[in-house]
Amino acid sequence: MSKAIVATASLAGCFGCHMSLLDIDERILKLIELVEFNKSPIDDIKEFTKQCDVGIIEGGCCNSENVENLIKFRKNCKILISCGECAIMGGLPALRNFIPVSECLEEAYLGGPTTGLCNPDKIIPNDEELPMLLDKVYPCHEIVKIDYFLPGCPPRADLLWDALVALLTGGEMKLPYEVFKFD
Amino acid sequence: MSDNKIKFTIDGKECIADEGLDLWKAAMLNGVFIPYLCHMKDVVPAGSCRICTVKVNGRPMAACTTLVTKGLEGAVVENDTPHIEEMRKMIVELLFVEGNHFCPACEKSGSCELQAMAYRYQMMVPQFSYNFPLREVDATTPKIYLDRNRCIQCKKCIRSIKDDQGRSYFAFYKRGHKLDIHIDHELAATMSAELAQLAMDGCPVGAIINKEKGFDVPIGKRKFDKEPIGTEFLNVTKE
Amino acid sequence: MSEIKNYVLEITGKCGKCPSHLMDILIAVQNKFRHIPDEAIECISKELQMSKVDVEQTASFYHFFTEEPCGKYTVYLNNSAVACMMGRDKIAATFEKEVGCKFGNVTSDGLIGLYDTACIGMNDQEPAALINGVVFTSLNDQKVKQIVSAIKAGKAVNDLVTEFDGKENAEMKSEVKNNIRKRGPVLFAEYKNGASLKKLNEMTPDQVITEVKNSNIRGRGGAGFPTGLKWDFCSKAEVKERYVLCNADEGEPGTFKDRVLLTLFPQMVFEGMVLGGYAIGSQQGVLYLRAEYTYMLPRLEKLLAEMRTKNLLGKNVAGKQGFDFDIRIQMGSGAYVCGEETALIESAEGKRGEPRNRPPYPIERGYKNKPTIINNVETLCSVVQIIDKSSAWYRTFGTQYSSGTKLLSISGDCKFPGIYEIEWGITINEVLEMCGAENAQAVQVAGPSGVCISPKQFGRKLDFEDMPTGGSIIIIGQQRDLLKDVVLNFMDFFTDESCGSCVPCRALTPVLKKKLVKIMDGKGVKGDIDELVKLGKTMKDLNRCGLGQTAANPILTTIENFREKYEAMIKEPKTDGVYAFDMAASVKESCDYAGRKVIIHN
Repeated sequence: MSKAIVATASLAGCFGCHMSLLDIDERILKLIELVEFNKSPIDDIKEFTKQCDVGIIEGGCCNSENVENLIKFRKNCKILISCGECAIMGGLPALRNFIPVSECLEEAYLGGPTTGLCNPDKIIPNDEELPMLLDKVYPCHEIVKIDYFLPGCPPRADLLWDALVALLTGGEMKLPYEVFKFD
Repeated sequence: MSDNKIKFTIDGKECIADEGLDLWKAAMLNGVFIPYLCHMKDVVPAGSCRICTVKVNGRPMAACTTLVTKGLEGAVVENDTPHIEEMRKMIVELLFVEGNHFCPACEKSGSCELQAMAYRYQMMVPQFSYNFPLREVDATTPKIYLDRNRCIQCKKCIRSIKDDQGRSYFAFYKRGHKLDIHIDHELAATMSAELAQLAMDGCPVGAIINKEKGFDVPIGKRKFDKEPIGTEFLNVTKE
Repeated sequence: MSEIKNYVLEITGKCGKCPSHLMDILIAVQNKFRHIPDEAIECISKELQMSKVDVEQTASFYHFFTEEPCGKYTVYLNNSAVACMMGRDKIAATFEKEVGCKFGNVTSDGLIGLYDTACIGMNDQEPAALINGVVFTSLNDQKVKQIVSAIKAGKAVNDLVTEFDGKENAEMKSEVKNNIRKRGPVLFAEYKNGASLKKLNEMTPDQVITEVKNSNIRGRGGAGFPTGLKWDFCSKAEVKERYVLCNADEGEPGTFKDRVLLTLFPQMVFEGMVLGGYAIGSQQGVLYLRAEYTYMLPRLEKLLAEMRTKNLLGKNVAGKQGFDFDIRIQMGSGAYVCGEETALIESAEGKRGEPRNRPPYPIERGYKNKPTIINNVETLCSVVQIIDKSSAWYRTFGTQYSSGTKLLSISGDCKFPGIYEIEWGITINEVLEMCGAENAQAVQVAGPSGVCISPKQFGRKLDFEDMPTGGSIIIIGQQRDLLKDVVLNFMDFFTDESCGSCVPCRALTPVLKKKLVKIMDGKGVKGDIDELVKLGKTMKDLNRCGLGQTAANPILTTIENFREKYEAMIKEPKTDGVYAFDMAASVKESCDYAGRKVIIHN
């Protein structure tokens, strides 16, 4: 049997969900028997080199690059999973969602307590190479179709493992109460 | 309590209860859990969250404001049906998108009744899009940190937290989708530590936080970490 | 001492520092200071021994109480669906131009404030506005210009009205027209004021109840509960202190029948309350009058005073020994939900207009937690005719199960908008012919909370067996965009008017509206229509009161009867799983702020 191909990405996230995936401990050896990673920070492949079976997305979309990346994932993955609070609802980055974006930028680069020394010229980063900031942080499923959601901050390693195994082997997904959490 | 006993069924289970009780409590005493968010021990039910809606002889009613009366004798009550449970899940989802519920950053996480309901219904993601409304935080009173982002407007604090003259510490402000909760600054200035604690404990979510009281229970030992909401009631009532 | 404090002390003193008079106190403060100043709230809370937030929660509930000064002259322009059909937007633009500020604001000198308001009961003469309580109807550009320039010249609003429809409106100095199009056999039957009360000496309370029961009359507000049964239950309550409330909070967009009854037959309304009081053994009646009808208040108060001198109120009413009864008028302050009987009670007690949980029903615990009957204005007028002329006479009108007549308030796209007294059982086709409506696209029966029907159903009858109605009939012509002009307007209305207590009403109504707008914007997908139906249906199951239970009706009944209009707006779905996301719009603000160009890569 050929291995399933998996891609992962952290958009506006903290990499905590990826850490949690590594938290499956020795089961990672079994995982490698089941899957081959493509575009992912785990193997440092930067661009898709083939169509993938599963895409796992951590983090929501806070800038244009996140959106472009997410769309690439949708186009290159048969199944897309929104993983963790940030991907599902914006998470902590979305705490800025009720503040106008100009106020956020002002606080971050002009008026905030840490800006005095580092940004003496009072510049708001505007290089064309930089991603453009969205008006708010969007949950992934508001940008593209998402097939599955795995909540948690981060999702428990057991939840990730169970979900992946169920998905890859066609087995039934167990959802024990203790592993289904939002924090 | 009245000596009259009323018999009825909930999802086919024979139940018997004292006349005068509310149906929510009557169900609990018969070992049937009906989900709740605004129900509160020893306080007149508000019937505002509507999550305890059941069908009595086919008619939808909030269990907490339905009294066990002679009219309920022989009644067929539906509680755990797919249709009702789907509507209840929808209520939970509405509450999640209506306010700003950042569970990972909330002191009440793990002991929050709204979150516990979402666990109960295995809410992976709400079916509605998030509103992200702007809601002011009021941290100006000495004892209470009022985070309106998390408030679900259940009215528990309004109904239960009063001073010795019966005046309310908490009240609604405006109406409809602009509804908000306010705390009385003058009364709150002299609020006792006990009352502040009572207010926090009564709040089903993390909207009322007793200041200087942060994350004091480790993950894994919080109220709803191991067992779903409702378990604690049923364990008590079985005794 | 400040002027505000002085005034609050004066009015709170007048009403015995009783929290149940909070509405009256707030109305007085709002009228005098053109807003409810924080200082007033502070002072009221001290005087009534309430917490400040408790006073605030009532003050902030009602539309006509404002936190900020709303202008020495405050224009409330109706934005109901029919007002918009009749040209409200153009009138609004003229107001803005002449006054010099936008709606929702007050001029910089504080002279004039412009605000929107929900249906003010003038659908037969829109566009219409309330200015400091005075109603201005059939507005056109010329009229708006005259009004604004007169206001700027410092004229009193009352003096601007010079033409009157009949002596009743002249007495109120009101330019409101009655627009009676059809005088029916019951409410417009000849009646000599006071005649029904003469019967008190011939009839026992039980006989009055029996007569009302025998007439088979059902409540005319819309719910249709048998009036005689209500009175009977209440008369048998254990508690002896009982109340009669008259619901004159006619807020369902499109109805204005109570306006006309209170104008032409106010004494009949009061006599109906006296009869109710006699029947159930009550000594006190309260007429709850919607704020929009404040212009009627002086005339109604004067009439009450006259009735007292004629011994039609007070001790031993109409010579009936031992029967004492009096009536007071409670003003509302702008809240549709207060038309719901238990919300009305809360409001009459000085609180937020949040509907109560039932049971207990008002007949057991109503006003001041005492047994109470609440009846609609039209019901009480009908009862007066029933007692005067007999139940058998009354039953000769209407159908077997829907006896008597009904006042229809007809408005919208027809030649003769106005009041029609019809017998139950009339078909919509007959109604359309009567009011001169040709080629109607749809008819909204019973207001936004009722049903929107298509021509296929114009053969249906108005009665309790088929289509009951509180009386609002809105004709929607072919030229209208049904979803935008009607359904969306109604959904805005329900979103604004929810009291907010029940989660589904408070939170789901805006969601339904958002989904409707999504479909109207051409962004809807196939499943959206069915989802609207599925979600909308839960409103009926989950909400406590009639407002919440029916708030999805504009969407539900138009999907049922005009589904093709929704389907026409659904586009073929994309299949790549990437949703329409407007990146350029989303990054615009941040790019502008940082001073960089928006560059979208594809």
